[in-house]
Amino acid sequence: MSKPPLGVRIQRFLPYFLFAPALSYIMVLVGYPLIQAVQLAFTDPSTGAFSSVNFQTLFNDPHFWDALRNTFLLALIVIPIQVFLALIIALLINTRFKGHNTLLYIVTLPLTISDVAAGLIWYSILAPRGFLNKFLINVHIISKPIYFFGYAFRHMEFLALVATEVWRATAIVFVIIFAGLQMISRDYLEAAEVFGATFRQKLRYIILPLLKPSLQAALLIRTLFALQIFGVVWILAGRDIPVLAGEAYYWQTDVRNYHVASAYAIIIALISIIISFIYITTLKPHYARRE
Amino acid sequence: MTMRKEIFTPEKKQQIYRLLLYGGAVIVSVWILAPIALIALAALSTPRDLYDIHKVLPTSFTLDHMYKLLFVLGAWQALINSILVALLTIGLSFLLGLPAGYALSRFIFPGRDTLKLLVLTTRMFPVMILAIPLTVLYIQLGLSDTLVGVALAHTSMVLPFVILITSSIFASVPVEYEEAAMIFGLSHAKAFLKVTLPLALPGLAASAIFTFIMSWNEVFVAAILTFTNRTLPAHILTTALASPDYFKFAAGLIMTIPAMIFVFIARKYLVTMWGITLR
Repeated sequence: MSKPPLGVRIQRFLPYFLFAPALSYIMVLVGYPLIQAVQLAFTDPSTGAFSSVNFQTLFNDPHFWDALRNTFLLALIVIPIQVFLALIIALLINTRFKGHNTLLYIVTLPLTISDVAAGLIWYSILAPRGFLNKFLINVHIISKPIYFFGYAFRHMEFLALVATEVWRATAIVFVIIFAGLQMISRDYLEAAEVFGATFRQKLRYIILPLLKPSLQAALLIRTLFALQIFGVVWILAGRDIPVLAGEAYYWQTDVRNYHVASAYAIIIALISIIISFIYITTLKPHYARRE
Repeated sequence: MTMRKEIFTPEKKQQIYRLLLYGGAVIVSVWILAPIALIALAALSTPRDLYDIHKVLPTSFTLDHMYKLLFVLGAWQALINSILVALLTIGLSFLLGLPAGYALSRFIFPGRDTLKLLVLTTRMFPVMILAIPLTVLYIQLGLSDTLVGVALAHTSMVLPFVILITSSIFASVPVEYEEAAMIFGLSHAKAFLKVTLPLALPGLAASAIFTFIMSWNEVFVAAILTFTNRTLPAHILTTALASPDYFKFAAGLIMTIPAMIFVFIARKYLVTMWGITLR
């Protein structure tokens, strides 16, 4: 058998050749930091020896447990609201009413607004002299401003975070759900209508089951982002409400202890991996199952 | 089948349906738009109106806070830095990501699935774990506190997205066009440059904007890797807490405007694009 011609041989290696630059970049600027992070987290800063001292520091710090609790609590409150709202808005736009394109544009606007900017936007509404307080005082519902910010009011601060996150990041969930909704064939819905299905029946037996992969993707993405929540919290609450990424930032920039900061980063990454795994195994769509 | 007495006539039902539809649309629009309008009002109102408890909406306006924030408090330089970092990130991530995306969309080769999986997993890593160790590496390389350093980190953040987006854009250009061009004697590279690339250009432009927004909005990495050469979000994050309210509001407005302009330009593509990358 003779060798294939030169052109074919080059062709065979072309995809690898095209992928090589990106792959080497990922190896160096993703792979290296990953290894380095593990190394930093497991090194004793004073002796340079392998040690779990950084994790001991972290586990003995009450701020860590607060941060863990707050990060999860925020995710648990914010994400269900976002999924619920996003689903309603997606169904609304999918009716293709006149003007639905305008609404689509408006709803996706917050996608481009950074968490820091969103925090400042909601601060202008909820500040002691913000629009909400001024409005409520002037219609005589309250006589003194409601305080949302400051350590003494951190339960209210938590509410402010929820309001900001729901406003800012519902759009991400919406985009995923809307994309999934558009892929559901109109034939199914029309067939259901022929048999006299109500809207609720269509939602329960056709739309939601077919939307399951999109819902799964939306949930996963939102949860991963929620675990990294930082900008909003830092701008609105600082360390009044510790979160995992905020603590990592604090140890990195204020304490200048890269080792403990890396330990935080590793914990965020580990939780992300575990949650991805749980989502992917438990929420797997069952296309084959018929009932 | 049983006959059920309808409470509403079909016309009445239609009316209620329309009312719910448009009512819902109006409520959602106000919920999204009002905060943006309010930050603009807050950023432009005079301190007297801002702190006057009896004035819900300001009536006198000034550009003073925007001007001072930009030119006295260093936000202008930070804004320029942000743009430079974003442009560098676009350039670098496209230089690396475009060929990879093309390879994924046009070739079936051993290891393709593994590479795709690698790209997908890279996307899942939190930026914290990428950025914190980089501070140590950057000190050794002399890249700490440089815009190039931030752009390199942003590139590793956006590269997986760029690969996935460009591969789906190239996949939407029929491979037959490229093959036809090659039959007429063009080389593969020429066929790509003269046929596929022009057809993919609008999508690529939109994905460049997507990349721009990701870099423009990123704050954790930028704040950790710089001390003086801050990008805008990092600059605001580290100075806002000590600033009076009107500067905070001005900062919120300045950060919001450019991204909104970009989305307006590329709105047709962006929704599908986010759909692709987030799946």
